[in-house]
Amino acid sequence: MTDWEAVIGLEIHVQLATQTKMFCSCSPVFGDDPNTHTCPVCLGLPGALPVANAQAVHLGLMIGLALGCSLASQSVFHRKNYFYADSPKGYQISQFDQPLCGPGNLAGVRIHRVHLEDDAAKLIHASESGRIAGADSSTVDFNRAGTPLAEIVTEPDLHSAAQAREWLALLRTTLRTLGVSDVSMDEGSLRCDANISLRRVGDQTLGTKTELKNMNSFRFVERGIEAEIIRQRELLDSGQTVTQETLHFDPRSGSLTTLRSKEEAHDYRYFPEPDLLPVEVTEAMIASARDALPELPIERAARYVSELQIDDVLAERLAGDAELAEFFDAVVEAADKSIEARVLATWVSDDAAGRAGDDGLLASKLEPAALAELVALVDDGSITTAAGRTVLDQLFEVGGSPAAIVSDQGLGKVDGGDELEAAVDAAIAAEPEAAEKVRAGEQKALGPLVGVVMKHTSGRADGGEVRKLLLERLGS
Amino acid sequence: MSNDPTALTAASSAALVKSGELDASDLFEAWLGRAELDTFGALSWIAQAGESPEQVDGPLGGVPLAVKDLFCTEGVPSQSGSKILEGYKPPYTASVVEALAKSGAPLLCKTHQDEFAMGSSNENCAFGPVLNPWDKSRVPGGSSGGSAVAVAAGLAPWALGTDTGGSIRQPAALCGIVGLKPTYGSVSRYGMIAFASSLDQAGPLTQDVTDAALLFSQMIARDPRDATSVGHQESIHLPDRRDLTGVRLGVPEELSGDGIEPGVRATFEETLERARELGAEVVPCPLPHAPHALSAYYLIAPAECSSNLARFDGVRYGQRVDPGDGLDAMYSATRAAGFGPEVRRRIMLGTYALSSGYYDAYYGRAQRVRTLIQRDFDEAFANCDAIVTPTSSSVAFPLGSRTADPLSMYLSDFCTVPMSLAGIPAISIPNGMSEGLPTGFQIAGPAFAENSILGIAHALESSIQFDRSGARV
Ligand SMILES: [Zn+2]
Repeated sequence: MTDWEAVIGLEIHVQLATQTKMFCSCSPVFGDDPNTHTCPVCLGLPGALPVANAQAVHLGLMIGLALGCSLASQSVFHRKNYFYADSPKGYQISQFDQPLCGPGNLAGVRIHRVHLEDDAAKLIHASESGRIAGADSSTVDFNRAGTPLAEIVTEPDLHSAAQAREWLALLRTTLRTLGVSDVSMDEGSLRCDANISLRRVGDQTLGTKTELKNMNSFRFVERGIEAEIIRQRELLDSGQTVTQETLHFDPRSGSLTTLRSKEEAHDYRYFPEPDLLPVEVTEAMIASARDALPELPIERAARYVSELQIDDVLAERLAGDAELAEFFDAVVEAADKSIEARVLATWVSDDAAGRAGDDGLLASKLEPAALAELVALVDDGSITTAAGRTVLDQLFEVGGSPAAIVSDQGLGKVDGGDELEAAVDAAIAAEPEAAEKVRAGEQKALGPLVGVVMKHTSGRADGGEVRKLLLERLGS
Repeated sequence: MSNDPTALTAASSAALVKSGELDASDLFEAWLGRAELDTFGALSWIAQAGESPEQVDGPLGGVPLAVKDLFCTEGVPSQSGSKILEGYKPPYTASVVEALAKSGAPLLCKTHQDEFAMGSSNENCAFGPVLNPWDKSRVPGGSSGGSAVAVAAGLAPWALGTDTGGSIRQPAALCGIVGLKPTYGSVSRYGMIAFASSLDQAGPLTQDVTDAALLFSQMIARDPRDATSVGHQESIHLPDRRDLTGVRLGVPEELSGDGIEPGVRATFEETLERARELGAEVVPCPLPHAPHALSAYYLIAPAECSSNLARFDGVRYGQRVDPGDGLDAMYSATRAAGFGPEVRRRIMLGTYALSSGYYDAYYGRAQRVRTLIQRDFDEAFANCDAIVTPTSSSVAFPLGSRTADPLSMYLSDFCTVPMSLAGIPAISIPNGMSEGLPTGFQIAGPAFAENSILGIAHALESSIQFDRSGARV
C-alpha cells in the first residue's frame, strides 16, 4: 500500500465586529427578528449604492498585521456575479486580484491572502433538516446580508485533520484577542472551508483537490477533513481517481455529499465594482491598525516564558486561550509579588480552567483577585492545598472572599494540638491492622491511617505533620 | 409679459416668484394644467391637482420639475421604463431629486424613457413610444426622450434626465432644447436606477442655457451615499457671456466629417461661422481614438448593465413569474417576461464580455480604449478651451426606421459617446433647423469646466436665437 500525504488548505470567513454593515449603515446583529436590520442598500433595491466601511478596512488591516501579511497600498473591490436567493444584488462585492492583505504566516502555516467582502442573506429552509433538500419552501432573512467578512486563505500547508483543527483554534484565539470578531462557529461568525488533496509521500506536485464547505464546529472540521482524507485514500488505493468537486460533510451521518461538480462551477464574471473607488491604504491607516494591535497569543506565550518563568507547555496552553490568558494576567496583576507566577499559572490552568468547562471562566463567579488571594492563603500555609480546592468550588458557585469562606466553614489548617491528636488516635483505633503493620516497621501501611485523618479533618491537616504524629504514636 | 407663467423660462418664473409677483402654488397648478396636455406619451405620472407641494424658499423658486422615470421617488412609480418594475414604488427618493425639491423644484411629473435607459429613440419603453412634438411620426431621441419632450412641448418648465452615452444630449438635440451632461461624479447617482455605473450621470434638460445652469447649480453635491460622487470644484453661476473673444474651439474631424447628414452639417458650419463672428478661434483638434469609442462603449455599458440588472430577479420587488419549478425557472421566466428585447440583448452582450476567458479580449481591451480616449481629450484641451461637434449625426428619424437594425441605432450616439467615456461635461444647444427639424450643437469641456461651456453655450444661444415655439402644444 502506498503512503499518502494529506495536503490541506483552509478558507476561513470571519464576520467582522463593526458598528455597521460593510456597505450601508445598518447594524450587523445576530439573532434579531428577521428582516429588521435592512435598508435599500443591503436589500439591493433599485438605485441604492454601496459605500465601503472604513472600520472594516481598519479591522482587516489589523488581521493582516497580526498574520504577518504584506499590506496592499491600494485594494480594489470587484463584483462576483451569481444568481441565488441569498444574493440581493445578484453579485457579491469582494476583493479579487488586489486583496487588502497579501502573503503572511501564522505558526508556520503560510497565509495566501486576506480580503474583505459582504456576507449573503440567510436562507431559512422549511424542512426537517433545515437543509434545502426536501424543503417545501424557503424564506430569506436579510439581516445578515451585507455583514462585513474577512476571508482568510491559507496555503496548503496543513497535513492532518488534527493539525488543521489545532491551527484553526490558534487562528480563532488570535482573532478573538484582536477583538475583530465574535469568532463563534455556532453563530456563524467564524466559518471554515477546506481544500483537501492527497499525494504520495515525497511527491512535490499536488493531487486533485476537493473543497469541503461550511463546517460549523471545530469538531466537524476535524471529522469532516478526516472523513474526506479516508474517502480519497480509499479511491486512490483502489486505483480510482479523485474528482474535483465541492462537498458537504453531514456530521450526523458522517457522510460526504456532492454539492457541485467542476462542470457546475460558477463563472463569476468578476469585474471591478464601478460603484466604489479603490481603497487607498495610507501610512496613517496602517499606523492606526498597528496601534490597535493587542499582545498576540504567540507573543504572550513568549512573554510568559521569558518574564514569568513559566514552562513552554503551560505558557502555550494559557496564551492559546484568549479568555484564560486575560484571566491569568489579571490574577498575576492582583497577586502578591512574592508568589511565583508559575504557581498562579497552575491554579489558573489546572484548577480554575478545569472547573470552568465549556462556558469559560468569565461565566463563573470567580474573580481574578479572589483566586490570587486564595493562592496566597495556600502559599503561606494558612490552608492546605486540598482545602484551597474546596474554597475554589465555593468561589466558582457563589463568589465572595476566600478568607471569609475559610473562617465561615472552619477550613483553616489543623495546626497540631488536641484536634489533630484526637484525629490520629481515632485513626489508629479505626485501622488496627494497619497500625500493627506500622509498629512492625512497615512504613507503607501509613497510607490508610493518613487517609482516615484527612477524612476526619476534611483535608485541613498537613500531611507531613500527620505522618510525623502517627509514627510518634506507633513508636516506630 | 404674457399672463401665462408657463410661457416663461424656469429662471424667469423663479425670479418672479422671488420678487413676489408670482405665487408658487399658482405656478404649480398652472404647470399641472400643461402636463395634462401630454399627447406624446411623454409622461408616466403626474402629481395630483390641488395637492401642490409645500413651498420652500429656495433658489429654484418653486418652479416644478419633470423627472425621468428611473429616479427613485418615494411612493411614486419609478419603473425605469421596464415592465419588470411596472408600478414599483420605492421607499426612498434619489439624492438629487431630494436636493432639488429642497432648493425649490418640487416634483411635477415623471417622464417615460427607454427601458433602463438603453436606447436612442425612446422606442424601447415598455409603456409605448414617446412621440416628437415637432413631428409626431418621428422619435424624440433617447433615452431621456420623455423629459426632452416634456420641456420642448411645454408640458413642464424643466426636466431631469440621465446621460450614459448621449441620453440627455441626443434627445435635447432632436427636440430643440438644451441638455447638459455634467462631469462624472459631480451629481450623486444614489437613487438612480443604474444602467452603466461608470457612465451614468444626471443632468438638466431645459428651455435655455440659463435654465440649465440654474438647475445644475443645485444638483452638484458630494453625497456620502455615493462613493463616486465628488461634488464640484466651483459653484455654478448663471452665464452672461455674449462674445467669444479669446476662446479657442476645437473641431475634431473624426466627429464632424463623414457620417453627418448634410443638413446637420450645414447648421453646424453655420454655427461655427457665428462663433468666429463672436470672436472665437476655430481650430482643428484630432481625437484619433474617438472612432473606436462606440465599440468600447458597447462593451463597457452592457458589461456593467448585465451585473446591475441582476437584482431584478422577482424575489423582493417588481414583477414575478413563477412557473413553480424552482428558483432558476422563476428567474428565467421573470426576466424573460420582464425585460424587453434590447435589454435582453445588452445583458447577453455584457455577460459574454465578462465571461472567464473573454474578459481581457473584450472588457479589458475596451477599458484600455477608454483610457486612450481620455488621453486624446487631455491632449486636445491643451490646445483649445472646448471641443464642438454636431450632437447627433441626423435629425429626428421616423418611428420604427432603426428598430430592426441595432447597429444603426447605436450609431445615433456616435458624437456623444466619447465624452461619456472620458467623464467630461458636454452640453447640447439648439442649432437651427434641417428638413424642418431641430439640430443640436455640442460643446464639451475639460472635467469640471461646466461654467466655461455654459458661457460659450450662452453666447452662441444669444446669436442663434433658436425659435422653439413650433414644438409647444
Ligand atoms: Zn442596510
